[in-house]
Amino acid sequence: MKIFISILLTALLSFAGCLFLPWWFIAIAAFMVAAVVGQNGLRSFLCGFVALFALWGLSATIIDVQNHHLLSSKVARLLPLAGQYQLLILFTGLVAGLVGGMAALTGSFVKRNKI
Amino acid sequence: MRIVPFIISAIITTGLVLVLNTQLPVGESKTPRLGEFLSPQHGCWQNAEPYDMDFNAQLLFQDLTGQSTVYLDERLVPHIYAQNEHDAYFIQGFLHAKFRLWQMEFQTHAAAGRLSEILGEKSGGKDFLAIDKFFRRTGMVFGAENSLKAIEANAQTRAVADAYTQGVNAYILQLPDIKKPLEYKVLDYRPEPWTNLKTALFLKYMAWDLAGSGDYDFEMTNAKNVFSTIDIEKIYPLISDSVDPIVPRGTVYEVPSISPVVPASADSLYFSATDSIEPTLQIKPDDHNGSNNWAVAGTKTRSGSPILCNDPHLGLNMPGLWYEMQISTGTSNSYGATFPGAPAVIIGFNDSCAWGVTNAGRDVKDYFEISFRDSTMKEYWYNGQWVTTAFRDEVIKIKGQPNNVEHIAMTIYGPVIYDHVFANKLNNNKYYALRWKAHDGSNEIATFYGLNNAHNYNDYLQAISSFECPGQNFIFASKSGDIAIRQQGQFPAKWRRQGEFLMPGTDTLYNWQGYIPTSENMGMLNPARGFVSSANQITADSAYPYYLSGSFPVYRGKIINRRLGEMNNITPNMMMKLQTDNYNIFAEYALPLMLQYLKQDKLSAEASTYLEILKSWNLRNDVGEAGPTIFKIWWDEFEQATWGDEFAQTKLRLKWPDESTLEEAMAKDSTFKFADDIRTAENENFYDMASLSFSKTVIQLSNLQKADKMAWGNYKETGVRHLLGIPAFSRLNLPIGGGDNIINATRKDHGPSWRMIVSLSKNIEAYGVYPGGQSGNPGSRYYDSFVDTWAAGKYNQLLFVDKDEAADNKQMKWIINFSKS
Repeated sequence: MKIFISILLTALLSFAGCLFLPWWFIAIAAFMVAAVVGQNGLRSFLCGFVALFALWGLSATIIDVQNHHLLSSKVARLLPLAGQYQLLILFTGLVAGLVGGMAALTGSFVKRNKI
Repeated sequence: MRIVPFIISAIITTGLVLVLNTQLPVGESKTPRLGEFLSPQHGCWQNAEPYDMDFNAQLLFQDLTGQSTVYLDERLVPHIYAQNEHDAYFIQGFLHAKFRLWQMEFQTHAAAGRLSEILGEKSGGKDFLAIDKFFRRTGMVFGAENSLKAIEANAQTRAVADAYTQGVNAYILQLPDIKKPLEYKVLDYRPEPWTNLKTALFLKYMAWDLAGSGDYDFEMTNAKNVFSTIDIEKIYPLISDSVDPIVPRGTVYEVPSISPVVPASADSLYFSATDSIEPTLQIKPDDHNGSNNWAVAGTKTRSGSPILCNDPHLGLNMPGLWYEMQISTGTSNSYGATFPGAPAVIIGFNDSCAWGVTNAGRDVKDYFEISFRDSTMKEYWYNGQWVTTAFRDEVIKIKGQPNNVEHIAMTIYGPVIYDHVFANKLNNNKYYALRWKAHDGSNEIATFYGLNNAHNYNDYLQAISSFECPGQNFIFASKSGDIAIRQQGQFPAKWRRQGEFLMPGTDTLYNWQGYIPTSENMGMLNPARGFVSSANQITADSAYPYYLSGSFPVYRGKIINRRLGEMNNITPNMMMKLQTDNYNIFAEYALPLMLQYLKQDKLSAEASTYLEILKSWNLRNDVGEAGPTIFKIWWDEFEQATWGDEFAQTKLRLKWPDESTLEEAMAKDSTFKFADDIRTAENENFYDMASLSFSKTVIQLSNLQKADKMAWGNYKETGVRHLLGIPAFSRLNLPIGGGDNIINATRKDHGPSWRMIVSLSKNIEAYGVYPGGQSGNPGSRYYDSFVDTWAAGKYNQLLFVDKDEAADNKQMKWIINFSKS
């Protein structure tokens, strides 16, 4: 249950905050949720990772489908990711997931856990 | 709290965020700030426009005075119906910004020498600081400031420019960071407010691109070290024997009102004086900047109404240089190609008439050697005394580094472009000032505004009469049946070969002595032959009483005039075929001569194969043909064989001779002086050059054959390249024929940047296409939506309707309402 709540809270807080704040607010969101919910390090990392991977990955996918992959195929050549839009979406998710996971891990150390 | 793991983890997390929030160096370039760039709520994903984007909007602005409606048609072309001029140009500025903001700012940054500010000192192998210095020293900002004064001194153009600027800024002001164009995100900077100066800078950029023709003063000066005066006349003749001028041969001209005086010292101080110059950096516009335009009278068309055609040949870039629009101001109703960065329609038509331009190619850019008292440049010797120098300090901001200040000496001529700091590589103690027509304040907006509002021939004459630089061949046709062409610009009246070489700058003797009065510029109205045309060839034969200097390609004009002369019952469709014609008239002249000089009996089997392909070639540079590839390589080798030995006498830069010079020499006889290889004891002629060059050609062709690059399209590799050179945002390897000296003048990265055909019937029937799309956003389906149409030689029919018709027209897809808030 905590896992589910953590993921949902992290994703929601990140999305809401980024409507007004810079992208790196996702780190603060993941940190705060992890600090409040209080799970162990591994679980916190996974929650932060999954929440942000899903948020960015899904958002990107929705945008990309509506765009018929026009932009993503170009940016995937620029970065370079072999022009594969799938790779750009994956990369987008991984970047956010890594930041989210690490921030959540940091947050998990704020509280001393029982387990 | 577990302090140690917390700190370690916090450091790693912060470090990760910082790295992702920084532009990381990759080679000489930098990545975007990846965290932001990839964020679906901030970065590139925000530029991914939905395929079925809804462009409908209701917009309110305080600066508007009334209510206007903009219909966007299915090709995303806006049709502005405004109640007054102010609102019309405000909306034009707004829409330019909405669809093309990045390019209009980038191009004006380039013009203003501000690329280092956004790209850094060096990036991707380019020295942007040196490029910026060059543009500053050329006097681009100086010229733009002068033009701004001229634009703002005229109440009408000031109002137009102000409204346009307001519109651009209205867009920028409401633009959230997350929605800024993709290139800003890639390079990590922000748009700044638009100004009338930026509009002036944009127009100066076009002047630089087009009024740099004949800018070979240094190369020609170097040539004097190697060639005699007589040789120079042979290698660089002033007029080709076979040219078909814009104003036909046999035209009688009036006595000139100015007769420039050749300085008494010209022989010793100018024609025979030698100097060796190797500027540190000299950026030149593409030599092939040129264009075609023509208009045929109703007597030659099926409908009985004139047809006007224009295709300006410029660099092929994404986002497109042009942006299509209809602008209805309440008093005028125009349609055509506009420049994002400037108000009004540039090439187009209105309810009564159509107009277009080609480049005049006249040389209005000359260099003078300045004698400073010492290296502080505070005083220079002029007319027998020391004159105090004015200075312009231009500050170049460099991304991530301290500013660079260019301390530019300003003389009576203009800026000292090369001095001991920005040096002539060979001779650091010399100073060269630039006198360029584009330094002067001039109001080109007045001309385009006037053309947008023109009803007849007199309005057209009036509109273009104030146009100063870059000199253009303005073509005109009206519903009332008139066709006309006129070369307009402010051209200095020069003595023969004045300004061809570097000139002494110590007194007034070598200065421009005055300008040719506008009334003595050349033009034609309703000629008996039933058409007017221009393709950058020389305007007139030697009967014209003024010296014509510049860059004047010969062949396109010949084929256009030949074809137009033969055609009757002309339809817009026939004009499309002509505008996209791949017939190589240059090969028609040169190839028989090359074949005539080639000893064909001693060729290898491989060489014979290529020769057979060439002989059976239909002289068309179509995409799949091997003939044009063989011809092009052979011709280049032929030129190299002929001129290469003479030109190898110096390491200095020289000007390569025009194709017509060699072709005409080949037509005369086999023993042209320069056909001899001066490095050998024997006396070679064109027969030897033909064999030598063909054997070299065969080697190249073997390699091309292996690489599957024999077909003309594969060899030529035409592409429309993004302004930043980013391949992913470019359209490369397009299947399109044409090339140099061909009406379809499409080369690798240069060619017809807007093709337009206007039939001036009762209801105007017009067609157009450009290699790009209406949106500047690489994430939009409208980014490159015209490219394939353009490459295939096809056109879009231009929708030119009034407001009532627009409301019912099914091709209109979206409506944006603009009103006063």
